[in-house]
Order: sequence, then structure tokens, then C-alpha cells
Amino acid sequence: MQRFEYHRAADTAAAIALAARAPEPHYLGGGTNLVDLMRENIERPRTIIDVTALSSAIEARPDGGILIGAGAKNTAVAEHRAIRERFPMLARAILAGASAQIRNMATVGGNLLQRTRCYYFYDDAAHCNKRKPGTGCDAVEGFNRIHAILGASPSCVATHPSDMCVALAALDAIVHVEGPGGRRSLPFGAFHRLPGDRPDLETALGPAELITAVELPAGAAGLRSTYRKVRDRASYAFALVSVAAALRIEDGKLAEVRLALGGVAHKPWRAATAEAALRGKPAGADAFRAAAEAELAAARPLSGNAFKIELAKRTIAATLSELAGARP
Amino acid sequence: MSALAQTSWRPDGASDPLATRHGLIGAPVSRIDGPLKVAGQARFAAEVSMPGLLHAGFVYSSVARGRIKAIDTAAAEALPGVALVMTHRNAPRMKPPALFGTTPEAAGASDLPIMQDAEIHWNGQTVAVVLAETREQAEEAAALVAVEYESLPAVTAFAAAKAHAHPPESVLGEPAVLEIGDAEAALAAAAVKVDLTFTTPRQNHNAIELHAATIAWEGDRLTIHDASQLVTMTAATIAQVFDLDPKQVRVLSPYVGGGFGGKCLWDHQILGAAAARLAGRPVRVVLSREGVFRLVGGRTQTEQRVALAATADGKLDALIHTGVAAMTAHNACPEQFTFPARHLYAARTFKLVQQVAEMDMLANTFMRAPGESIGTFALECAIDELAEKLGADPVAFRRGIEPEKDPTSSHEFSTRHLNEAYAAGAERFGWAKRSATPRARRDGEWLIGMGCATGTYPYYRMPGGAARITLTADGRARVAAAAHEMGMGTATVQSQVAAERLGLPLDRVSFALGDTELPPSPVAGGSNQTAAIGAAVIAAHTELVKALLKLAGNASPLAGLSTDEVEGRDAGLGKRGDAARFESYASILRRAGRDEVTVQAEAPMPLELQKWSMHSTAAQFCEVRVSESTGEVRVARFLGSFDCGRILNAKTARSQFRGGIVMGLGLALTEETLFDERSGRIVNATMAEYHVPVHLDVPEIEVIWTDIPDPRTPMGARGIGEIGITGVGAAVANAVYNATGKRIRDLPITLDKLL
Ligand SMILES: Cc1cc2nc3c(=O)[nH]c(=O)nc-3n(C[C@H](O)[C@H](O)[C@H](O)COP(=O)(O)OP(=O)(O)OC[C@H]3O[C@@H](n4cnc5c(N)ncnc54)[C@H](O)[C@@H]3O)c2cc1C
Repeated sequence: MQRFEYHRAADTAAAIALAARAPEPHYLGGGTNLVDLMRENIERPRTIIDVTALSSAIEARPDGGILIGAGAKNTAVAEHRAIRERFPMLARAILAGASAQIRNMATVGGNLLQRTRCYYFYDDAAHCNKRKPGTGCDAVEGFNRIHAILGASPSCVATHPSDMCVALAALDAIVHVEGPGGRRSLPFGAFHRLPGDRPDLETALGPAELITAVELPAGAAGLRSTYRKVRDRASYAFALVSVAAALRIEDGKLAEVRLALGGVAHKPWRAATAEAALRGKPAGADAFRAAAEAELAAARPLSGNAFKIELAKRTIAATLSELAGARP
Repeated sequence: MSALAQTSWRPDGASDPLATRHGLIGAPVSRIDGPLKVAGQARFAAEVSMPGLLHAGFVYSSVARGRIKAIDTAAAEALPGVALVMTHRNAPRMKPPALFGTTPEAAGASDLPIMQDAEIHWNGQTVAVVLAETREQAEEAAALVAVEYESLPAVTAFAAAKAHAHPPESVLGEPAVLEIGDAEAALAAAAVKVDLTFTTPRQNHNAIELHAATIAWEGDRLTIHDASQLVTMTAATIAQVFDLDPKQVRVLSPYVGGGFGGKCLWDHQILGAAAARLAGRPVRVVLSREGVFRLVGGRTQTEQRVALAATADGKLDALIHTGVAAMTAHNACPEQFTFPARHLYAARTFKLVQQVAEMDMLANTFMRAPGESIGTFALECAIDELAEKLGADPVAFRRGIEPEKDPTSSHEFSTRHLNEAYAAGAERFGWAKRSATPRARRDGEWLIGMGCATGTYPYYRMPGGAARITLTADGRARVAAAAHEMGMGTATVQSQVAAERLGLPLDRVSFALGDTELPPSPVAGGSNQTAAIGAAVIAAHTELVKALLKLAGNASPLAGLSTDEVEGRDAGLGKRGDAARFESYASILRRAGRDEVTVQAEAPMPLELQKWSMHSTAAQFCEVRVSESTGEVRVARFLGSFDCGRILNAKTARSQFRGGIVMGLGLALTEETLFDERSGRIVNATMAEYHVPVHLDVPEIEVIWTDIPDPRTPMGARGIGEIGITGVGAAVANAVYNATGKRIRDLPITLDKLL
């Protein structure tokens, strides 16, 4: 780890001002990802700006929406009564991630910005376009069992590792940010990027921009929803494939469907094609499988992860069936 | 309370009387080191403080084979706190360590020179060591060392290495090729047979405690506080490397936070000592988790063939187990996967062939029942497949091929009660409820299946051990041997045994270990330590009794008795079978005007192993649930039924067996070291991506045992360290088959293989 200066920000404005002028700055949340990466010399900030003292409030609004301060701990979000009642998939997604100890430290802002778990990104001796643009990608022909099947590019096949973000994608969350240029709000789908030829650029955040809050709009509140995570051991492993799903059935037909996938792409993957295929259709195993097929039609396997395509289809179908109360 | 054991378990004698005693033997005594550890007072190697201590940071090579062309240490040296950077250019001259197995005291994991030249032999080899005032400074500086390599062609692909596979000179002293009859011909002629290929991956031990050593020189005397499972051999080998007398090197290791074969002598202790000498200051080395993967070898990968031919009446006509393990040209660890097949089943013909394929990689090493763990995976899956072809229940089928004598050596078994273990285990597990046809049970999307497999592990008793007993006039005994406490309860169990032998209450006996100033001990490996120390303590006890009888003299009620006629009981010596003739230790010593008496003796050579075939066995039972949607496997229940001779402490034994089984679940389902065959580099050198089982992966594990003493071993015990892991991989795989109808012959059984 390279030595750094540590600052604890008293308020948002001070944090942003410092980030705008200090050498090689990095905001610090719970540190569960950033500090690991610093130890491995993958991140080498000179200035650390601790933002955990900024808002961690969770505000349940009367309209059904919820505003979560970026400093809220993952555990606090998962345990919050209004979140469990209105958006159960989010609580489940968080609890499916990491370990209790890590969730107690991790913040919402940090969770959004946690970095990929690609082996080669983590190894200074490997080629990685995300870590060192233009050096190549050792994963494309290396160990890529855990890598992307959707939206990848020749320069990067990494996935976004978050569980929480998969639920946020399905819930159409809004990310509130503030930077030297002022405040703005980004729809969740526009927050993370696909790799293209700049996999080092992972989000829409500008320099020194700070996440201040994540908003859950009322729209998806109260839907029947869940999160299913498939991984290599029963707990404490990142998703090979995960599914966040919510639906509303009226007269046996799918009046509303929300579906997002984790572990498959460089960003939490909103399954818009499958949603469109299902909307208005009668709920049932065949329809679910067909929608999954439609969503995964664009999938491109690497040498070691073709299984993920079938796994994603099955997990989508099983999760929707369970939600709809249909037999798998 | 008990007669002298002398050396009577040997071919010429009777068994250790303790083998059939109750009292403290077998009692579920809690670990005496438990309170210290819970209170954080057990001091581990990385916690020893010394004035002027420097901390080490390591720089690892990023090529598999080549030469260092240039190495720039200026930026590292310029950082505040940095004392020095050691590279091959300034490292002290050292001899390569003698390779494990080449002499009784050799502990070298490989015999490559360590930082003596510019040559790179594996991806991850240390190219520089930074010493600084803090660990943070040392690691920051290490990242600034710039190395330029000239790469040379390297063999980093198993397939390429396999093309040149050859049998090693020996497999731990056994022949690499063992043939009885013409097994291939028998196979070709058989009506019912299987001929299968199994593959097993690389794995790493991943003990919780990182490898660490705190090292100081005083002139030519070297002290190493190590995390070690072979202190005596480490001291001897380090002495050889630095050209010292073994007496000049002291290794202390009172507590080890998990070993499993990995806490032996690797480059980090030697480099730490070299750097300490260069700096003229003490040094602490604590490898990072990545560092452990780069510098400490693990289990190698194998490809194994098991072919079995059955006769019409369900006997084995041929047993073929062959295969290749990756190894290096600089070590001798061929992963003895054919060992189970040498002893487990009766067959008319055998063909057992081990080969090694040399690769440019870190030396592989002993890990969690090397050989037997993955050898039983292949053999016991094949047995299951053959039983199915014969339409036989796998337990009944095994009963039918149970040998009367060792099938390849023809030696008598010292004891063997595998059938009893199977019967008791099957009964308790509810094996009769298993459906012979796969996919017969389900619970929603979860398919449920049961499997079983045999576990086996040899009895070893390595030579070279000694023990010391000091008996004091207040009726206490201090027993000591260099020995090792890696968390299995060595001091606890040895105190129990010594107390029972001496006829003292447990709280009057202490057992000191983990220090080369104590009488030497062999490696705590091969699950041999309990027997090895036990034998040394028996020898010392005989000496003690001799000394006491002499001190007792003619005024004692013991006068005229020989060592064979007395036993330790009620804090003194008494004539066997005669309650009247007795004198307490306190009385003997007081009368002789002595505060204490100290004796030391060496264990006799393990001659028992030349006469008998000595093996522990186990019947492992498993129930799994496999998601039909996702292929996820969850182990629902597990039961291990063990035949390991006498169990000395029911509590520590149960933990040991359970721990082994948990490791077996990892081997079966989750653990794999990813070795990138392009670069020869391990890419998941982290606990986040190297998956050991977590709590949720581990179900209720039941453990039972026969507790039948082995009359040919000290205390009737056979050592239980490693057997727990053996057979587990196959039991899981066979259960997965019973659940899903899919045979997975490639470990670990990850969900993608079941989709
Ligand atoms: C062993 C292990 C297993 C894990 N398993 C899982 C898992 O299964 N599923 C899962 O989802 N996650 C998992 N995680 C990841 C964990 O969820 C993240 O590490 C955590 O959410 C990051 O939050 P943090 O507050 O600690 O972030 P930090 O490490 O503090 O920061 C992460 C990044 O976010 C930036 N940042 C933090 N706050 C802000 C802000 N307000 N505005 C702008 N930038 C900010 C930092 O600069 C940094 O770049 C695991 C982590 C570990 C170590």
C-alpha cells in the first residue's frame, strides 16, 4: 500500500472541494473494497477523503418511495422496516452479499462503486485494460468462468460484482450526485457503463463527483419481489448469476414485471427484453422460459462461461415461477 | 494404574497396556490451550516482540522461468523507514536446503538455491526482500522495486508436461510401479468393468494463520520463532543452509494456527534469516495471503485412471489405478494417489502406476492427506460405478471384496475393522433408505441423493523422536518433546496419556512442546505425531521406572522388583496385581534426598511397520441436495464412521474428524487453485476467490468410531489427523450421482458441471 493523507469530510461541500484540488483523491466509504485494492497496489490514492460522516439517513416517504443517504451501511438498509416491506428484493439482495461483518462496514455509495472481481484486474502482473488502459485483457483467453456473457467488449469481459445494485437496477433507483459543477440525478441504468473500448471508465460520475443518496421511487413499492443468487458456495461468494425480480399479476396476466441480472455483465443488467416479452402475458413456466431465452439471445460466451447462459435462463425461469406461485 | 508398555507393541512383544485401559484414555478432556487462545494469550510466531525488530516485504517474480536482467531498488531504498533491500546481488551466501526425504533431518521443500543467482524457477519466486521499520513501509517499498526479466521457455501447461511423464524413483519409499498378474488382460476379458478417468485440481492449505517467523541472530546463534510442524528438521536444515552446527539454531513454535502439511520449511524463513544477518537486526516475516500462495506450495493436480474388472460373483478380477501428478524437477512429492488401492481391496490382479510430469512451478507439497484424499476420490467413485453395474449395493459390494491380508504386501493387518465401521455407519445414517436408482427422491426443485465411500490412511511412526520426563518430589510430572501443537490438542492428549501411564491426576502432569531445546521430534505429518511421541514417552517412562527402582533401594516395599513387575498407580509405583507393595513417588524421592528425577529416552525404530500392514479406515456417508434448476449442491447430512484404533480423547478426536470432513467437502465441492497455464501464475491467490467451505456449506456432521485398539501401536492408537478428509470427495460425488444421475469425475463438483 502506498502512503496517503487521510481527511474526514465534515460536509458534502468540503468533501467535494477537497477532492477537486487534492492530489490523486479517492472518497472512502466503509473501505471494504478500496482498502483491499490499496493493499494490492491496484488503487494508489494519495488523498483519502472519508465520507462516512455524511448522510446515512434512510427516509421513508409517504408516497411509498425511500431516500437512502450514501453513507447508510448495507446492514442498515437491509434491516430497515420500510425497505423490507416495500422493496423486499433489495433487502434480500443485500443479505445475499458478502458477510455480516462486511455488510456492517459497507456503505451504499461504496457498494455502487465497488470494482470488479476479475482475477486479472486484481493482479498487478497481469494485463488488464481496466487497470492499465491499452495493455490488453488476460481474461478473454484465461480464466473467465466468472466473467460476462452480456454487453462485454474485446477489451474487457469483467462483471460488476454487486448484489445490491441488481435490485436497484430492477427498482429504477435514482442516484443523486453532487460535484464541483453542482447536483444532478442519474437514472440507475445510466449510472454504470458497459466497457466498450474504455473499461477503465465504469460510471457516469465526473471528477470529484460524490454520490449523496440513492432514491427508490414509489413505482415499484409493494410489488411481490425477490432476489435469487447462484454461486459457488452457500454463502460468501460473488454471484455467478443472480436475478432480481418483481411482478404484479392481474387476472392471471402479468400486469407488471421487473427483472434484472447480476454476474452477467459489466453493469447490473436490466432485462428489458424479457420484461417486454412478458408484459401482458399469462404467467407460466413456458412464458418465463421464453422470455429468458429472448433476453439471453444476445449472450456471447467466453471459453469458460458458456454455462452461465443456460444458468441465467433457468434462474430467471425458476425465480419468476416462484414469485408467480407457478410450478417451476 | 498400568503396567509398563516398554516397547512391547513391537513384533516381539505384547501390546501397550494403556490400549485397553479406561480412566483418562478416551476421556473427552477439553484442550488445555483453549483458555489461553480464547483470551488471546497464546503467543504465535508473528506476535513475538524484539527490540529493534525490522519487518519484511516480499517482491515476487512475474515470470515462470527466466533470468533477472535488471533490478532497480533505488526507489524502495529511498523510502523513509527502509533499512535495506536484499536481492541475489547482496544476499549472504547460502547452500541450497537439503530436500525433504534425502536425509532424516532434511526439510527442504525443494533443493533450489534461494536468492543466490538471477535465475527464476517459478512465477512467484521471491526476487527481493525489503526490510523496514514497519510492515507498511516494507510493503510500500516492495511495490517500488522494479524488475526486468529475460523470459525463458517454460513448461506451464499440464498437457505439455504430461507428454514427458515418467515414474519417479520412488513414491515415499514405495515403488512407483506395482503389478501383480496381468491386470490389463483381466480387464480386457471381463464382462463387467469400468475404465474411468478422473481429474483433480491444485489446492492450497489456507490455514487461518499466515506463514510467519520472527528471527534473530546473536553472533552465530540463530533463533527462529516459527509457525512450524517440523521444528527439529527445520533447525537442522537451516543450520545446513547457513553452515552452522544444528545446536546453534533454535526453533520455537509453541502454537501453530493450522498446518495441514503447509507449515514446513519454505523460502520465507531462510530469506528472513538471511536478511536479518545482512541487517544485523532481528526480522519479522509475515507473508500476505498472496505471499502464501506464491511461496508455499499446495496440492498438485492429477489425472488418474481407475479401471476395475468384476468376476461374475462380484469379486475384483483386476484393479488398475494409474495416473500422473504435476511436480517440479527440484522436489519429490509425487502425491501418492495409488496408495489406497495398494491396501483396500482384494483383487486377483493389480496394476498401480504413479507418474510425475515436471512443470516450471512452485514446488508442490504435502497437503491434507496427500495422495489418499484424491486417490480415494478416484478409486471410490469407480467402486461405486462398478457396484452399480453389478446391481449391487455399494456397501455390500465392498464387504465382498474385503481382503484378509494386505492385498499387495501380503502382510497381516495389525487390525482392520472396516466392515464394522460400515455396518455401524450405515445403520446410524439410515443407508437402507437410499434408493438404488438415481433421481428417485426430490423436494421441490431439489434432488436428494445418498452416497458412501471408504476412507483410508496409513499408520506411520517416524523415527527420531525422544521424550523427557521430570518427576518432582511433590508428585508432579513434566513431560517434554520438541513436538508441535497445530491446534489438534497435542499437549492435551499427551498429558492425558502420560498421566494415565504414571498414575497421576491430569492436573499434576504438564506437557511442554514446540522448542528444539526439548528432545527432538519427527515431523508432525502423516498423522504420526501421537504415535511418535507416545512411543518416545513409553521409552522415557521405562527409564524413569528403572531410575525410581534404583532410588527406592532396599528399604522400599518395591525392593527386588524388576521394571516388568511394576506399574504406575496412585501417584507412585506398585507391584502389578499386588495392592500391598506400593510406594509413592514423593516417598521414593524424599527418601533418596532428591527434589526430582529426570530421564530422557528415544523411541525405538518403527519395526512394527515392517511386519504388519497398518492402516486406519473409514466409512463415509453423505446426503446431498442438488438444485435441478441451478445445479447447486448442498450437503444435507454427513456421517463418518472410523476405525482408527483407540481414540485417546473423544472431544479432540471428534473435532479432528469433523475438520477433516469439512476439508473433504471443500475438496469435493469448492476448492481449486487457478493456475494460469499461459503464465504459470496462480490467479486466485486470495481467500475471496479460493473457496473454502463456509459455515453454510457445512451440515450436521456425525462422527462415530469402533474404538478397537490396535495391539501393535503405542496406546493402541493409530493417528487420526488426516483420515477424516479421505473418502469424502467420493462420498459426495456418489451422492450427487444418486441424486442426479450424473457422474462428475472432475473436482471440484461445481454447479456448471451439473447443468
Ligand atoms: C470478501 C468479500 C466478499 C464480498 N462479497 C460480496 C458479495 O457477495 N456481493 C456484493 O454485492 N458485494 C460483496 N462484497 C463487496 C462489498 O459489498 C463492497 O466491498 C462494499 O459494498 C463496498 O462499500 P464500502 O463502503 O466499503 O466501499 P469503499 O471500499 O469504501 O469504497 C468503494 C469505492 O466507492 C467509492 N465511494 C465510496 N463512497 C462514495 C461516495 N459516497 N461517493 C462516491 N464514491 C464513493 C470509493 O472511492 C471507492 O472507489 C464483498 C467484499 C469482500 C471484501
